[in-house]
Amino acid sequence: MKKILLLIGALFCVATVQAQETFPVNGSYDIRSGQFAFINANIVVSAEQTIKNGTLIIKDRKIEQVGTALNIPKGYVIIDLKGKYIYPSLIDAYTSYGLPETPRQSFSGRGSAPVFTTTKQGAYHWNEAIKPEMNAHSIFNLDAKKAEEMKKNGFGTVNTLIKDGIARGTSAAVTLGDESNNLVMLSAKTAANYSFSKGTAKTDYPSSLMGSIALLRQTYLDAAWYKSQSKEFNISLDEFNKQQNLPQIFEVENWEDVLRADKLGDEFGKQYVFKSGGDEYQRIADIKATTGKFIIPINFPKAYDVEDPADARSVTFAQMKHWELAPTNPAVLEQNGITFAISPAGLESPKDFWTNLRLAIDFGLSEKQALKSLTEIPASILGIDKKVGTLNVGKEANFLITSSPLFAKENIIFENWVQGKRFIVSQMDVKDLRGDYDLVIAGLGKLDMKIGGSIGAYEVNIVRTGADSVKIKANFVRNGDLVNLVFDLTKNPKGDFRLSGYLDKASPLTFKGDAVAANGNTTNWSAIFKAPFIEKEKKEEAKGVSNVGKVVYPLVAYGNPELPKAETIIFKNATVWTNEKDGILKDADVWVENGKIKAVGKNLSANNAKLIDAKGKHITPGIIDEHSHIAISRGVNEGTQAVTSEVRIGDVLDAEDVNIYRQLAGGVTTSHLLHGSANPVGGQTQLIKLRWGNTPEGLKFGNNPGFIKFALGENVKQSNWGEFNTIRFPQTRMGVEQVFIDAFTRAKEYKATMAAYNGAKNKSGLTQPRKDLELEALVEILDGKRHITCHSYVQSEINMLMKVADSMGFKVNTFTHILEGYKVADKMAKRGIAGSTFSDWWTYKMEVLDAIPYNGKLMHEAGVLTAFNSDDAEMARRLNQEAAKAVKYGGVSEEEALKFVTLNPAIMMHIDDRVGSIKPGKDADLVLWSEHPLSVYAKAEKTLVDGIVYWDYEKDEQKRKEIKEEQARLIQKMINAKTKGAKTQRPSLEKPSLYDCDTLEGEHAETEEH
Amino acid sequence: MKKIIYQFIILTVVACTAYAQPNIAPAKAQTQAIALVGATLHIGNGTVIENGIIIFDKGKITAVGDSKTALPQNANVVQVTGKHIYPGFIAPANGLGLTEVESVRATRDIQEVGFINPHVRSIIAYNTDSRIIPTVRSNGVLLSQPAPEGGLVSGTSSVVQLDGWNWEDAAYKTDMAIHFNWPTSRIRTSRRAGAAVSEEQQKERYQRQMAELQNYFEEAKAYAELSKPKVFNARFDAMKGLFTGTKKAFVNVSAQKDIIIAVKFFEGFGIKPVLLGADEAIQVAGFLKEHQIPVIVNESHALPVNDDDDVYLPYKNAALLHKAGILIAMSIEGYWQQRNLPFMAGTAAAYGLSKEEALALITSNTAKILGIDKQTGTLEIGKDANIIISEGDALDMRTNHISKAYIQGRDINLDNVQKQLYKRYAEKLGIKE
Repeated sequence: MKKILLLIGALFCVATVQAQETFPVNGSYDIRSGQFAFINANIVVSAEQTIKNGTLIIKDRKIEQVGTALNIPKGYVIIDLKGKYIYPSLIDAYTSYGLPETPRQSFSGRGSAPVFTTTKQGAYHWNEAIKPEMNAHSIFNLDAKKAEEMKKNGFGTVNTLIKDGIARGTSAAVTLGDESNNLVMLSAKTAANYSFSKGTAKTDYPSSLMGSIALLRQTYLDAAWYKSQSKEFNISLDEFNKQQNLPQIFEVENWEDVLRADKLGDEFGKQYVFKSGGDEYQRIADIKATTGKFIIPINFPKAYDVEDPADARSVTFAQMKHWELAPTNPAVLEQNGITFAISPAGLESPKDFWTNLRLAIDFGLSEKQALKSLTEIPASILGIDKKVGTLNVGKEANFLITSSPLFAKENIIFENWVQGKRFIVSQMDVKDLRGDYDLVIAGLGKLDMKIGGSIGAYEVNIVRTGADSVKIKANFVRNGDLVNLVFDLTKNPKGDFRLSGYLDKASPLTFKGDAVAANGNTTNWSAIFKAPFIEKEKKEEAKGVSNVGKVVYPLVAYGNPELPKAETIIFKNATVWTNEKDGILKDADVWVENGKIKAVGKNLSANNAKLIDAKGKHITPGIIDEHSHIAISRGVNEGTQAVTSEVRIGDVLDAEDVNIYRQLAGGVTTSHLLHGSANPVGGQTQLIKLRWGNTPEGLKFGNNPGFIKFALGENVKQSNWGEFNTIRFPQTRMGVEQVFIDAFTRAKEYKATMAAYNGAKNKSGLTQPRKDLELEALVEILDGKRHITCHSYVQSEINMLMKVADSMGFKVNTFTHILEGYKVADKMAKRGIAGSTFSDWWTYKMEVLDAIPYNGKLMHEAGVLTAFNSDDAEMARRLNQEAAKAVKYGGVSEEEALKFVTLNPAIMMHIDDRVGSIKPGKDADLVLWSEHPLSVYAKAEKTLVDGIVYWDYEKDEQKRKEIKEEQARLIQKMINAKTKGAKTQRPSLEKPSLYDCDTLEGEHAETEEH
Repeated sequence: MKKIIYQFIILTVVACTAYAQPNIAPAKAQTQAIALVGATLHIGNGTVIENGIIIFDKGKITAVGDSKTALPQNANVVQVTGKHIYPGFIAPANGLGLTEVESVRATRDIQEVGFINPHVRSIIAYNTDSRIIPTVRSNGVLLSQPAPEGGLVSGTSSVVQLDGWNWEDAAYKTDMAIHFNWPTSRIRTSRRAGAAVSEEQQKERYQRQMAELQNYFEEAKAYAELSKPKVFNARFDAMKGLFTGTKKAFVNVSAQKDIIIAVKFFEGFGIKPVLLGADEAIQVAGFLKEHQIPVIVNESHALPVNDDDDVYLPYKNAALLHKAGILIAMSIEGYWQQRNLPFMAGTAAAYGLSKEEALALITSNTAKILGIDKQTGTLEIGKDANIIISEGDALDMRTNHISKAYIQGRDINLDNVQKQLYKRYAEKLGIKE
């Protein structure tokens, strides 16, 4: 008993005061050595080692000894923790603790004047999003209140960084001690930090995700160059270089971002640690293949409130699936042997931390892994594992005292010691007070007092049996050994009885004290334990991995549980549009094997082939869309500069875009994804095949010549962008010409400089020229290694670019849109330039006033290689019908018209050796049509890419049924969750991102539609 | 001064080539009965007559029947064997003649400033000299409903025929509907935080707009009861027709809950609304059928609204609603796009409707919903001779080739500026047309 009182007493005094050697002291020195010995505890030294009935001795902020049967020297405060547990305190690897809040990023879109270069004062990087000079440690200021909040959850150490910008500078590891900034700093520079988000940077560039990636890529090159030059001083590049030996942490949003960042890292020999989005389970094999370590959040989505079926429709299949599967993420990472730390980052409330962590454990995360992911792993990622993370001798005395094993539901964290200083989370109880007591109040008689509920959250009832029987709830407060009890028996007597007392005996548990009745009379009372509390068994809902649905690829509606495989198929007796010399074959067979077309002819047969009766049906090559903007993440335009040849659509493919599936349903097999048309020299394009379910890399066509988007006319002049956008050069077609002349002049000079340097036999004394990715791309054009597809409308500008190309020595491969191509078709034909146009769009802006639907016909007949494209996710689904308009307007033959959307785009993109016609040896990219493929009535029954059936009209029906069933199951589950008291969120419809040439929405921007 | 005059002349010349088509004049009134013989007649109401005969005189259809139909002596008999004859297509609720070049503000006469503008009338802004109109006619669309957009109450629309010297000529049914944009109760989020309107703001906006509408209708109805209001209110005056039945309410609405709320609202004022768009109509098809609410659906060439929807849902939408017993017509957003109206119907035919049912979406059903079915929408005796002749199936872009079109019996010019440019450059390039 004495011991208990002693312990309670200790709670109220400051345990140790750490002196800072370099600081002067006002008054007498008060140096304490902070010597404590914790005995009889279950000490979890690390996830691998537990000492039963052990002793932990700490001195002067550090762990001095840990083990069993230790001799405790004199002069140590001894704390008996019989039956209790000691754990290393937890580490949060991703916070902004103690740092000023970064203001929300503001984007003004077209509503303000553009900002081209930095507005900061000082010798910094030209772009405000590159700010490695920010060091968290230099502005860190401890925040006792915030620290307390985290300590309550069991954290003792955090990594903190300024979450702003693309290169964000260094983070620092600090303990949650509350004495001085100087003492809590464990490591001033734990890591260099990055993200794709420009944050508060005022510079317009980058506005898109691909711009962010390009900027970082160029920064790596610039930093390398910076080391060997003496022309300029640049704080940012200097700092950037200094940080390259630190761990590199990259914050990303989702698994696609992980792969993007990893790929970028590979280019420069960097392996990032990913602060990820928590959806790694969706592509675990690819995640594992990065070999990166992870810091994962556990901010699992709340269930959606789907009781109203109309509201439920606003919740997507993907959202529902993620709601169910997100808690499996930590377990999936563990099962795949990935090293990961767990961070509370992103939680709506700190209270959700333990709830969600236990949920993750319910879904298969082992307790051992959970502990590691919250202690040793973050410590090792941050390079502070010599100081914290386990309870080994010599480390900081950062530990938790708990009632039970840390992850047990009933566990209570009593104390969180940080650097040898005690922080009380919950009072350490003597024991469980629950049970039935005889409560005797002098002058009133005997009552029953029933203490139930849970430890620390007691529920107390007072019961009187016999005459005047009542059962009422009492207010019960315990403070150490002191208790208060207030209740109103409602009759005989009426009014509040107020009891105050103390714990008198531990066995049997006995309380004694004074009571005050409602009338003010005082008397005394006692309560003596008579029977233990019996906990009602709660029915636990079966949880765990066995109860959740499957991951589909991608994790959206119409994803597949497994990727479809290439088949051996013979289509029998179809009308086959070969696009070859044979023309249109009637009653012909097409044999597909190993992803290729094996044979075309009559009466084909093979033992292993699946036969498909195609009588009355048509087979054409897959449709190829020369101008598309589907499957692109966060921005299709980097229109912030006139020349952005350094940005690459290939960096930002989005494999989850449902438009991939929708376009397969319209017979599309290959799409050329273009940068938008906001600037004269746009970004590098990416050709993809619609391999639905693959990763972004898996979508890439492979081994095709690269292209770049150019643009002319109203968009690049910013004619329709409102009155603020009158600053960026060019604003006229006159200026557009000079942008090209300037860009290619610079490119030529650059090429010469590079050649001179690379060709020099003796490089001593020469400075290596700065590698410029913008100019590299233009040099590729000059060298004929990269082709141009140029957004264009009116004849004057088309003529101009042809002339510029002639004079600067490059070739325009394709004019896209080219609605006045018919006016200059002869000039194009002479130069062998292709035209990829719309069938019938016109009069939506001034430069398309003279657009005519006969354009395709006229260009085609004038000898221009002609295609029809979509530039539109909707139209792309029926490019066969658009091709039919070449028949309607101008009478192009049906066979030639179909080539406008198949063979001709293949030729103009230099991929006709693989696709575009039905010929043995070519890729089996085919469409089986229900009838004449140019007819409005034709349906794509099957669409094959590489011999794989990615679209099947009948299977789609089956899929829809399955989606409906899965949604129904998930809705039921969410309703159950709500009924059981889970927090929910209101469904709201997400706007899908659909891009065309003019879209300026991006990573950092969103212009509202009006 | 000379320079200015010179510039003025140039401008005038440019303007003429840009906006006028001096050699495409409206056709003269029909002077002789015409008998079209031997074509497949698509009546518009589901009936098809193979090898049929249709006769019209003084602008009206006088006979429709099979090959035995008697030919009047004075008739100009035209053999059209193997061709297809349809009622002229009708494009409801669109911007043809109100917008010429979307990006140029000066050419947009479709959206007035302010939220409640029932009194603004599209008919007087309808530009018969638009160079777009002839391109639309060329594909078989002969009637259109230029309609104001924007705000809560956009304005009043009319139906026009597409071959007139001026809007008075063109007017087919004047000031026949008021257009509404129904406020949505649905909360939208944006994938990215930042510029998006918050949930609270959206809710508040919705409440405010609903209250505004309720008050407005109550006051407008009270005003309509006055035979001689002391203070004339042009907006309320325009609303009168809604309560007396001379004007229809055309209501743009999309989400299922909003559809029910909107219909109930109008019914509360004794009005049967026509729904425009109504993307989620199929979710409340039973309700719409029970309340006999017609729907003008959006173009079938559209993407599904939700990621999870059937990929072909917009293609199937008309068929699903038709099968649920709802009167359906089809529209296309925009102005120049109207020339693709027949193909929207064609798509509906590919996905669940019969071709004749699909035809009704742009002919007889539209006429019924617009309230012009006594004059047009089918090839029936007594109706206006709004007739097109196509070389093949006019709902299929592969075969749609309009060789003749008659509006009120007048043999209209099917030339257009695009054909003229085609001719001009085919000649330059030495290409056979």
